Amino acid sequence: MEKKKVVLGVIGSDAHAVGNKILDYSLTNAGYEVVNIGVLSPQEDFINAAIETNADAIFVSSLYGHGEIDCKGLREKCNEAGLNDILLYVGGNIVVGKQDWDDVKKRFLDMGFDRVYPPGTAAEVGIKDLTEDLSKRG
Amino acid sequence: MDAYLFIDFGSTFTKLTLVDIEREEIIATEKAYTTVETDVTIGYENALKKLKEKTNGEYNIIKKLACSSAAGGLKIIAIGLVPELTAEAAKRAALGAGAKVIKTYSFKLNNSELEEIKNSNADMILLAGGTDGGNSDTIIHNAEMINKFNLSIPIVVAGNKSSNDEIIGIFGGNIEYHITENVMPNLNHINVNPARETIRNIFMKEIVHAKGMENVENSISGILMPTPASVLKAAEALSMGSRDEEGIGDLAVLDIGGATTDVHSIADGEPTNPGVFLRGLEEPHSKRTVEGDLGMRYSAISVFEAAGTRTMKKYLKYDDLDIEKEVHKRSTNPSFVATDEKEIDFDEAMAKVCADISMKRHAGFLETVYSPLGNIHTQEGKDLMKLPYLLGTGGVIVNSKNPKDILSAATFTMEDPTSLKPREPKFLLDKEYILSAMGLLTMVDINMAVRMLKKYIVEI
Repeated sequence: MEKKKVVLGVIGSDAHAVGNKILDYSLTNAGYEVVNIGVLSPQEDFINAAIETNADAIFVSSLYGHGEIDCKGLREKCNEAGLNDILLYVGGNIVVGKQDWDDVKKRFLDMGFDRVYPPGTAAEVGIKDLTEDLSKRG
Repeated sequence: MDAYLFIDFGSTFTKLTLVDIEREEIIATEKAYTTVETDVTIGYENALKKLKEKTNGEYNIIKKLACSSAAGGLKIIAIGLVPELTAEAAKRAALGAGAKVIKTYSFKLNNSELEEIKNSNADMILLAGGTDGGNSDTIIHNAEMINKFNLSIPIVVAGNKSSNDEIIGIFGGNIEYHITENVMPNLNHINVNPARETIRNIFMKEIVHAKGMENVENSISGILMPTPASVLKAAEALSMGSRDEEGIGDLAVLDIGGATTDVHSIADGEPTNPGVFLRGLEEPHSKRTVEGDLGMRYSAISVFEAAGTRTMKKYLKYDDLDIEKEVHKRSTNPSFVATDEKEIDFDEAMAKVCADISMKRHAGFLETVYSPLGNIHTQEGKDLMKLPYLLGTGGVIVNSKNPKDILSAATFTMEDPTSLKPREPKFLLDKEYILSAMGLLTMVDINMAVRMLKKYIVEI
């Protein structure tokens, strides 16, 4: 069976590279093919990478608090580019300050993300969800 | 004595270079007008006759090899998926093969685009799309469209390997195709050499026949490649050497011609400053860019348009000339030769503009990203700041009294601090105008080519 493919990157003007490497390593170990576009990645790079590689999911990281601005419109742009059913996950320090998590989560789900993770989530959690979400699609 | 004869069928001149094999020396060079309208053999025979008179027929020519950019050179259409990714990779592969890329297409093609391709004068199509194991819908769709429109030119297929079988099925015996390795096997990694070689092979075996060159083929051993590919091969040999001969290391070639300015760089172009993040598609180690709007004659008007009066004046010694009149004179009369001091000064000012702008477009650039973590710099393209050598070729540089001044215009200045142009390169000159001939020699004896390049390319 062909490996499932994940586009991985840190969005916006964010240069935090450590979590990106950890996710790359964990996803690869879990049997996924990782297309890592690295840090400082605009939305367009995620989308272009997903088109060329025919990816199944996009993992967006954001650690510097501006995630909400950076992620706005990503789902719409994916739809526009023909990536209609691609899975979108986001995680990290995605908002500024101590906000109510349920509220934050709802805002990102409304933006069109399939999964939203709070700070400090282990990579395994996201991977388990991904395997589940993909198997539902068959 | 035995000798090799190298021929460069240019758009204006057919240039001959005779090389003494034993002594590894240039015996003589000669040129004559290219006679592509009637029969290129005439111009070639003229030049050969003059060359034989020069050398009293002392030499026994054992091999005659040619490169050609006559009849518009090799024209390619590049097709990819995403404009910044496989379409760009396909374009770079075609440029590296010495081709003129007349247009680049991306995504699924429609009928009107196919009409346009069918009515174009392209010699070949480079069809890419998808990483290996990635998207295959688009390239298969595009192959079906090519088949539907019955394109009669060769198609080089350099896309997702997983779609190759299906494409072979689509083309069948109807379309001439050549399968080669993917130009972008995985995201942001490019692999241009297999496509480059495939294109060169097709050019050598088929395209030259279609260019009114078949007569001359009988009197020479072969037309191996388009001229720009030959220049790139020479640059690679001088830079990287061979198994037995050492090269001189990273370098760039600036080739200012009548219609275009080519820049070739043989360097990785990794960031030279710490803390700079690389962005965008990976750069090929040997990279060629062509500026169709920068040239000394056919493109004189567009040089002025690209530069503007201010930049032209920056390089002009005599600013009492009517710049517009001067560029018109050159573009309407491409065989114009500058003779008096003012005209030469104007030509050299134009050459400096070509050097300046073409290197700016070839080299990478820095961008500052203002982030909560402070300023972050990203680099797109190659960083050539610490490039050790810049080599000049092309008539205006080779024949200039001040080639160094023209080359200097291609270097870094504080006026343009984000452009990663070479900062303090040593300047080299292709004094005998032999780069394309040496590129051909690499196909026969690469060690000899490296030795001769090191001998004949001089530091200025």
